[in-house]
Amino acid sequence: MELVEKIFETRELNVNMGPQHPATHGVLRLVLDIDGETIVKVTPYVGYLHRGIEKLGESMSYFQALPLTDRMDYVSAMANNIGYCIAVERLFGIEVPERAKFIRTIVGEMARIANHLLWLATHALDIGAMTVFLYCFREREWILELFEMICGARLTVTYPRIGGVKNDVPAEFLDSLWKFTEEFPTRIPEYETLIDQNRIWLKRTKGIGVISAEEAVNWGLTGPTLRGSGVPYDIRKHMPYDAYDKVDFEVPIGTEGDTYDRYRCRMMEMRQSNNIIRQCIEKLPPGPIMAETPNFTLQPKDKMMPITHPTKEHAFYIIEKACKGCGMCLRACPAKAIFGEKKQPHKIKQDLCLGCATCYVTCKFKALTIVPGGKGFPEEKLAELAVPPDKVPEDIKKAQEYLVKHFEFIKRGPKVPQGDIYIATEVPKGELGFYFISDGSGKPYRMRVRAPSFVHAGVLPRLCVGHLVADVIANIGTIDIVLGECDR
Amino acid sequence: MLIDTSTGLIQVEEDTKILPPNVIITTLDKIINWGRLSSIWPTTFGLACCAIEMMAVGASHYDFDRFGIIFRGSPRQADCMIVAGTVTKKMAPVVRRVYDQIPEPRYVVAMGSCACTGGVFRTYNTVQGCDTFLPVDVYVPGCPPRPETLLEGMMKLQEKIRKEQARWSPWR
Repeated sequence: MELVEKIFETRELNVNMGPQHPATHGVLRLVLDIDGETIVKVTPYVGYLHRGIEKLGESMSYFQALPLTDRMDYVSAMANNIGYCIAVERLFGIEVPERAKFIRTIVGEMARIANHLLWLATHALDIGAMTVFLYCFREREWILELFEMICGARLTVTYPRIGGVKNDVPAEFLDSLWKFTEEFPTRIPEYETLIDQNRIWLKRTKGIGVISAEEAVNWGLTGPTLRGSGVPYDIRKHMPYDAYDKVDFEVPIGTEGDTYDRYRCRMMEMRQSNNIIRQCIEKLPPGPIMAETPNFTLQPKDKMMPITHPTKEHAFYIIEKACKGCGMCLRACPAKAIFGEKKQPHKIKQDLCLGCATCYVTCKFKALTIVPGGKGFPEEKLAELAVPPDKVPEDIKKAQEYLVKHFEFIKRGPKVPQGDIYIATEVPKGELGFYFISDGSGKPYRMRVRAPSFVHAGVLPRLCVGHLVADVIANIGTIDIVLGECDR
Repeated sequence: MLIDTSTGLIQVEEDTKILPPNVIITTLDKIINWGRLSSIWPTTFGLACCAIEMMAVGASHYDFDRFGIIFRGSPRQADCMIVAGTVTKKMAPVVRRVYDQIPEPRYVVAMGSCACTGGVFRTYNTVQGCDTFLPVDVYVPGCPPRPETLLEGMMKLQEKIRKEQARWSPWR
């Protein structure tokens, strides 16, 4: 008998999954202890994408750190930007104009739809439904194109700014977004017909990764991962920010707390987001898009640089008699548009000139002057129209000064009230919180990010133990983690 | 490559004409390079933000498959590695290990600013460009690069493969 036991002795197998694995949503590494096909122990290892975003944020002013936040949760970059901006705005104590609030709500909900689409695509792909991936990316591309329309970037947008948004939305954008919201509710049933009643899908999601409401709260889950367990906790409802208190929406919740319920939650959430976008477009008020607090927010760029502004096209001209040929402007010109021998009068090639006014500022002999509205004129006409260097308009004279101010404002940051603040927003993955300690300088003394993905990655052992190896994939998918945000 | 179509139809019997057997004369280099460049199979290996854009290129809208580029789950079945995203110091040995598993001939495409130079992440934990430990063939800049940019990068890689000489021979 002993011999038989020795021959058929079973022992636990230690399997390493990731960081290079097609189904780990990035670079998550799990060490699985398995007994046959059953999971005994799961140890998640994170930090493979730790880029030091928090530390980098502390060495930058509040304005400069904004682009880092899209690289955290790159699937829904817009929502992260909004979360960061709201936290900084509350720290500064500034109020955002109404129109900017609505625009932010619109783009935030678009990001939610884009995130859930990508989640569904990858989750279904991991479980084995390839077609859903292609369907979801069709609509996701549409949203990314709309993002491109407003800010020029597809993924890492940096569209919201501290105190508002970067630019107003064009009318065509609202038109095509309206078209999208009309079309999108007909597309969701397409995904649902593919997997909702699919036997494989049901087998692999129902009763997998069950977590009760109490336990989910204790583990610190947020977002759809928590709501799948039946807890109607949504920051948009309970602590409204932006325009969420002015729109009408429901918070879908599940009952069982399994993978299938979380999937249903997210599908319903997409419909609600679509609804929110439609309401916001209808209610979109006119008005400014940036808070008018020059001590805390960036001023419009045309005020900073009146010369380069396209409506004011000036030409620069060197007065031959005054030019000593010192070569200062020649060396300073960033476009290399100035030509000339040493100690001979220089000349500006108009087609190369950028209109940055660097030459005007560097010239010490008052040889450089401006021809208002003279861009593209021939040389003789420029000589005729050139204003004397003393009578150059005041706003053009100050252009460079403004530029330097703008640069210093971004580089050093505004004078911020001291104190600390924690602000949470509802990003598609859950509760994204920003915690700042301010020491009064333009840079945060400490910037801490409460990332939902990090908390959710911690619950993986609880979800996986006792299930089969194949269910690990379903569980990684259902908690919807992005490692960029988890490791930061 | 030379295709012999000069001869026209050949009369074999009465009322029966056939096409001449098409003869293709080429060098071994050209035919092997042609085969390699029309089926570059990269590993599915996403690191960071660029991986999402890489997925978008693989999906229906931009469609990598029309170039014969099909993602493979295992590096042992792949020809190419798209380093899509930030390489951290913790991740670098793993990336190198994946590269070492790819059979020769193997190519590396550094996708995105982070993989090219380290990008904005000039921090204690980020590798300043994956060319510090990998032989990179094509650099695709951008943060993240647009899908078209990645497509252009892969086309550049195809051009590079087309110009290779005797990489198949044991004396290379």
